[in-house]
Amino acid sequence: MTVKTLFDKIWDAHVVKKVEGGPNVLYIDRHLIHEVTSPVAFLGLKNRGLKVLRPEKTTATPDHNVPTINQHLSVKDELSRHQLEMLKTNCTENGIVHHDLGTEGHGVVHIIGPEMGLTQPGMTIVCGDSHTSTHGAFGAIAFGIGTSEVEMVFASQCIMQPKPKKMKITVNGTLAKGVTAKDIALYIISKISTSGGTGHFIEYTGSAITGLSMEGRMTLCNLSIECGARGGMIAPDEITFEYVKGREFAPKGADWDKAVAKWKELKTDDDAVFDTELIYDAADIEPMITFGTNPGMGIGISKNIPTTEGMEGSDKSSFEKSLQYMGFGAGDKIEGKPVDYVFLGSCTNGRIEDFREFTEFVKGKKKAPNITAWLVPGSKQVENQIRAEGLISILEDAGFQLRQPGCSACLAMNDDKIPAGKYSVSTSNRNFEGRQGPGARTLLASPITAAAAAISGVISDPRK
Amino acid sequence: MAYDKFTKITSPAVPLPIENVDTDQIIPARFLKAIERKGFGDNLFRDWRYEKDGSPKSDFPLNNNIYSGKILVAGKNFGSGSSREHAAWAIYDYGFRVVVSSFFADIFKGNALNNGLLPVVVTPEFLQKIFTTIEKDVNTTFEVDLEKQIFTISATNDTIDFEINSYKKHCLQNGLDDIDYLVDMKEEIAAFEKDN
Repeated sequence: MTVKTLFDKIWDAHVVKKVEGGPNVLYIDRHLIHEVTSPVAFLGLKNRGLKVLRPEKTTATPDHNVPTINQHLSVKDELSRHQLEMLKTNCTENGIVHHDLGTEGHGVVHIIGPEMGLTQPGMTIVCGDSHTSTHGAFGAIAFGIGTSEVEMVFASQCIMQPKPKKMKITVNGTLAKGVTAKDIALYIISKISTSGGTGHFIEYTGSAITGLSMEGRMTLCNLSIECGARGGMIAPDEITFEYVKGREFAPKGADWDKAVAKWKELKTDDDAVFDTELIYDAADIEPMITFGTNPGMGIGISKNIPTTEGMEGSDKSSFEKSLQYMGFGAGDKIEGKPVDYVFLGSCTNGRIEDFREFTEFVKGKKKAPNITAWLVPGSKQVENQIRAEGLISILEDAGFQLRQPGCSACLAMNDDKIPAGKYSVSTSNRNFEGRQGPGARTLLASPITAAAAAISGVISDPRK
Repeated sequence: MAYDKFTKITSPAVPLPIENVDTDQIIPARFLKAIERKGFGDNLFRDWRYEKDGSPKSDFPLNNNIYSGKILVAGKNFGSGSSREHAAWAIYDYGFRVVVSSFFADIFKGNALNNGLLPVVVTPEFLQKIFTTIEKDVNTTFEVDLEKQIFTISATNDTIDFEINSYKKHCLQNGLDDIDYLVDMKEEIAAFEKDN
């Protein structure tokens, strides 16, 4: 028997056909859709006189565009409202389950999939959103696709993909206090840049990885795309099974035992070969924060912004352009820099554990008066849990309010826009120019580091 | 989606010597609210191209009328970030048919190929040579020959081979898309489902 990686095992089991001199036709087990990248695909399907082939394998929820206050009212923005209505209509016409705004199943698509048990080990999962890599935390092959590919899945439950190369990233050791999965991810991206993983699918291993909760694993896999990789995955283990067990769409009874037995086989064989292997030590990772305009421009919070020494040509000009946008100087200390907004949420850090960590830090303290904080749960379930666990009163005592679920200020398609020139410490995934609103300046960090900024009013080391 | 068949293009090029151009810059999220695929070219590079009040920024290459053509030449790691296919639509709708860079992000590359937009990967040295050639003469032309998979700087006759898989090449040359191919595989897909 040939030795295989975890990735090979799942990929190979889903190849319907290998096109000569071309991609593989890959069967898709689970398709998640939202309002922004699906309408053109539905239209294309309609124009071909086709219907969705396997509607039961697709699940929809609106998230990118939705307001995060007063969700019971009609959506004010006409274009957004129209897109939300289109999603609903398209789902009805094609028999797709749609978790609408305000319902118990609503939330950010990458948060509700795992919550409902739709995400399971061994699956192929796609969505017209690059952060689909989140679901790899369960030992699934999950990646973002374009709208043409969304239409392919609608029409055939398959897509055409060249098989990516394989990368193994090992993080050994124990994370220090105040260091989270988010910091691991930002650390790795700062080492290999936003293109270091391009062409690859990552498997994360090592004691610092297997020690993570499912929420932490999802945060790490979510950010795989930010180093350019198609996705990232972690072999399923007891922590995975424990998380999936009992969820709405998880196998039940004898089917559960059968599934777990199969899932236990999902690991890389001992002698399997990766195209690229990287090893890091958890002890080298401190709370991370970004200072520039791509997620690779991150540093430990105690460090200074790098200087341009040793850079030349377009590397140097791109770096300088980035610092100019941010209003920072090369060599500046990042701690103590001003902050105007704090955003807790998104498919990266909008899960219950993120809210627990944030709440623990701000407990008994007060939000700094100069900070506007937007706390946006990733789903209705997360929102309910924040209330049920009593986190809400601690947050309110500290001067914070909770908003309603959605993608919100992560990409600012709704009204949650950071004003031009303002600084935002954000738990989301991208610090691109204008990502959180035209002219907005984003610094990516963990929920704990975001909490520290919210309390002190400036960039602060949460360990102090 | 339907797009023009791609054979050979000879054209001047527009230089964008910036690295890590992400899809949020190509088409900002607030322009993704359309439900049809049209008009995205107007907002291509919106925040780099226009001031807040809507007036064009004169130093941005797309606003500089000395540059023209169907070829966009950009710094390494072009198209990183969001999977939005709107980025490829915007570039195509603006009138480009080729993007040249030393490195493309995966999802963007796939999206481009699915929309008749050819991503051409060249070496960092060759990319620099293209930028230098445009700097010397903005009207200089480049030839992109898909059949032969050769990119040529016409003025100097410098050439470089580029990669594309034969399936995608066939699709581009004939204006075909993957959906027709997959729909034709209906029976094979049903058989796969039965066995698994």
